[in-house]
Order: sequence, then structure tokens, then C-alpha cells
Amino acid sequence: MIDVINLKKDFDNVEVLKGINLTINKGDIVAVIGPSGSGKSTFLRCLNCMEDPTDGQIIFNGVDIADMSVDINVHRRRIGMVFQHFNLFNNKTVIENIMLAPVHVRCQEMKKAKRQRGTDKAALPTKKQIKEEAREQAYSLLKRIGLEDKADVYPSTLSGGQKQRVAIVRALAMNPDVILFDEPTSALDPEMVGEVLDLMRALAEEGMTMIVVTHEMGFAREVANKILFMDDGLICESGEPKEFFANPKTDRAKEFLSKVL
Amino acid sequence: MANFDRKIENFIEILINQNGYVKVLEGLQNTLLIAVAGLIIGTIIGTVIASVRVMPKYKTLPRVLNGICSFYVGLFRGTPIVVQLLVFYYVLLPLIGFRMTGVEVSILVFGLNSGAYISEIMRAGILSVDSGQMEAGRAVGLSFFTTMIKIVIPQAVKNILPTLGNEFIALIKETSVVSFVGAADLYVAFNLIGTNSYEFMVPYLVMAIIYVVIVLLISLGIKMMERSLRKSDRRN
Repeated sequence: MIDVINLKKDFDNVEVLKGINLTINKGDIVAVIGPSGSGKSTFLRCLNCMEDPTDGQIIFNGVDIADMSVDINVHRRRIGMVFQHFNLFNNKTVIENIMLAPVHVRCQEMKKAKRQRGTDKAALPTKKQIKEEAREQAYSLLKRIGLEDKADVYPSTLSGGQKQRVAIVRALAMNPDVILFDEPTSALDPEMVGEVLDLMRALAEEGMTMIVVTHEMGFAREVANKILFMDDGLICESGEPKEFFANPKTDRAKEFLSKVL
Repeated sequence: MANFDRKIENFIEILINQNGYVKVLEGLQNTLLIAVAGLIIGTIIGTVIASVRVMPKYKTLPRVLNGICSFYVGLFRGTPIVVQLLVFYYVLLPLIGFRMTGVEVSILVFGLNSGAYISEIMRAGILSVDSGQMEAGRAVGLSFFTTMIKIVIPQAVKNILPTLGNEFIALIKETSVVSFVGAADLYVAFNLIGTNSYEFMVPYLVMAIIYVVIVLLISLGIKMMERSLRKSDRRN
């Protein structure tokens, strides 16, 4: 589903990613691990062009989204993203956070269809219908994470774990093909890490394609079906979790694992 | 003080019996119209300019737009408002052969002028919003401007409301120069009353009091707005 070909990224002439090649298939759960400054987060952020790659290609569903001439917004709708610091929209209530993008995108599509000649205008949904539908979907997503009673509060009143779970269902509301997780549990209190990991585990079991930058080695070992060990802007080692954690091949991976396990 | 009493009587005589109040109300209306319309135009222009100036700049179009906006801000902040009024009224409009009343020109110039100032206030407001908000909007596939309008600017406005109020107050007071292009504002009304009675002390005193009252009312309004916008903050 995603093919990364010779991906490079410089920040002010500092080479952060030095040529990454990777194929991600549908249903893959990829855990990206490695020491700080190895380029894990930059790599993840390049996958949906939050950082524009300096060089290389990212083929997503057959389109090179690293090409500056493609409309990145259309493709980003198929790529969910979950941030370390949640980044819920502070000026929107919890349910509005989830509804915002689906409503906006569907309204845009409806308006576009309306402009086209020969479409049956009566068959198009009204703005109200779109909103109602999105609200129902958002509500059922909230129900799934047990936060339906928080639908109408602002994010500032939620705990970290609740915020992150809302952020995950916000990404889910767009029915993405893949979700990118950028250290989703690193900013959480220890007792809240579990609830977020449980939700991610549930998504994994449903077959969602996930790419997770994480420091949770337990999660990487149990849930992922592929480990990417990054060091110094390159994929240093990759493989099955069992194999990787039991017999790391490279010295860098051995050293890293001895420190974190 | 007998003298002062007589002056007040004289003023009231002109104000009420000689229809001076009509002029004052007209002047008040024009002053408020110029300030409010100027603020609305200025806020729109300022918001657009600020959004352009915080755009990512690795493409050509944003760079060009950014250059134009910088030039605009420099131009309108670099010249006195009176000069701008005069240039618009006596130079630009005759050159393009377009007729406008003094009030209309004043609204236009005050809008353009405050747009330049508000753009910098708004830019500071936008920069004060956590960059994660923009990232989250972009990550779900919203465009830069959609995210700006729906997410970032509402939060920015909340942060800059006190400063924006400052700008509005300054605007109200600055409108007292519009008589340069023949717009009849509060100053013109009271000046007229003074000229009729050969007596300026009381009219100008009353004018000052009216300005103070307007400004106090605006401050109160801003405080109320701030309170209602705080609802998404912690502990609502």
C-alpha cells in the first residue's frame, strides 16, 4: 500500500533521513524503534508529507505523494495521524473534533457534485444530513471508547489518556487506509498508557494498517508484525518482532535493546 | 464661575433650541460608522495578510504574496493617517476619476490603515497558537486556509482580543482627523457649535466627555466578549 523509495530529508543541510526504502502492505503493524535523534519521527512525518521529503518517492495507493504537484490534502484524508501531544482542536468540543473533517470533506464533495452538470441534485445529501450522519458516526466512535458522556465538553477538561483516545477516533472518523502514530504514549502518565495501547491493540486486531513510532517495547513485541530499527537516518535492521528481540543482528540494535529492555 | 455658568447656558441654548444636537448626533453617527466599518474592513484585511505571512514559503506564490503584504504593511504603517486621507481624497480618487464622499473615503482609509496594524496583531495571535493545531488540521486533510479559518484564527482571536480592543479604541480616537477630507464627525459638530457661539470651552469639554464615554463602553463590551470566549478554556 505504501512504497517508500530512497526517502531523504535534510533540515538546513543536516541530513536526517539518508535514504530509506520500505514497503508497507495492507494490514501491517509496523513498529518503528530506535534511539533519540535517529529520525523515526521525521520518517513518520514524511509519510504524510507533514515534512516534505527532500528527495525520494512515497507511493501511496499508486500515487507519488512526495511530488509537490499532487493535492496532498486529498491523500492525507486516507492517512490518519495521531500525535504525541494529542493536538485536539482546543476551540471545538470533543464531538466537533471528530466530526469536523468528515463534515468538511463531504460537504466539499457534495458541492463539487452539485456543480457538475447532469447529476441528480435531489439525490445529493443536504448539509444537515451530512452533519447528522457524521454526528451519529462520531457518537458511535465515542461510545466505542466509552467517552460518549464527554461528547460536548472541551478537550481541556479531559485527561491525557482520554485526549489521546479521542485523537485516535478522530483519525478513524475519516476511514483511513493507514494510521500513523507518533509516539502516542510518550506524553501520558504511566497509568494512562494502558488504555491507549488497548485501543491501538483493538485496531490492530481489526486489521487496520498502522505505523507506530514508539518506546513501548512490550507493545512493539506483542502487537507489531514488523519491527524497524532506525539509527542515524537509516533503517538499521528490520524483521519479525520475535526474531528481532531474541537475536538482534547488528551491534547497534543489540546495544539499544540492552539499554531499553 | 458665573462666567462658566453662562457659557453652559449658552451651549445648551445652541445644542437644544438651535438644533445643535442634530449636528452632534450626525457627528457621533459618522465617527462610530467610520470606526466600526474601518475596524471590520481592517480585521478582514489584517486576517488575510496575517494568514499569508505565516504561510509556508517554499513555493513561489506564497513568497510573492508575502512580498506584496510586507509592502502594504510598510506603506500604511509608514505614513501618517492624515497624509493617507489627503492622498486618497485629493490625489488617488481624482486620478482614477472616482467620486466618493468624505465619510466613504474615511471608512476606506481607516480600514486599509488599521488592516496594516491588525495584520501584525493577528500574526502574533496566530503564532501564539500551538503549531500542533495546524498540524492536526492538515493531517486530517484540511487545507491550510480551512485549518486557519476553522481552528487557528478562532483561538488566535481569543488571545489577541485585549490588543484588538486597544486598536479599536485608538481607531475611534484617530477618526477625529477626518474633517481634513470634509467628513462631519464629532469634532466638526462641536467645532460648529463653538464657532456659532464664539465660545469653545464648553463644546470641547463635552466632546472630550463623549469620547471618554464611548471608549469606556467599548472596554466594557470587550471584557464581556472575552468572558464568553473563555468557555473552551480550562475549568469551564
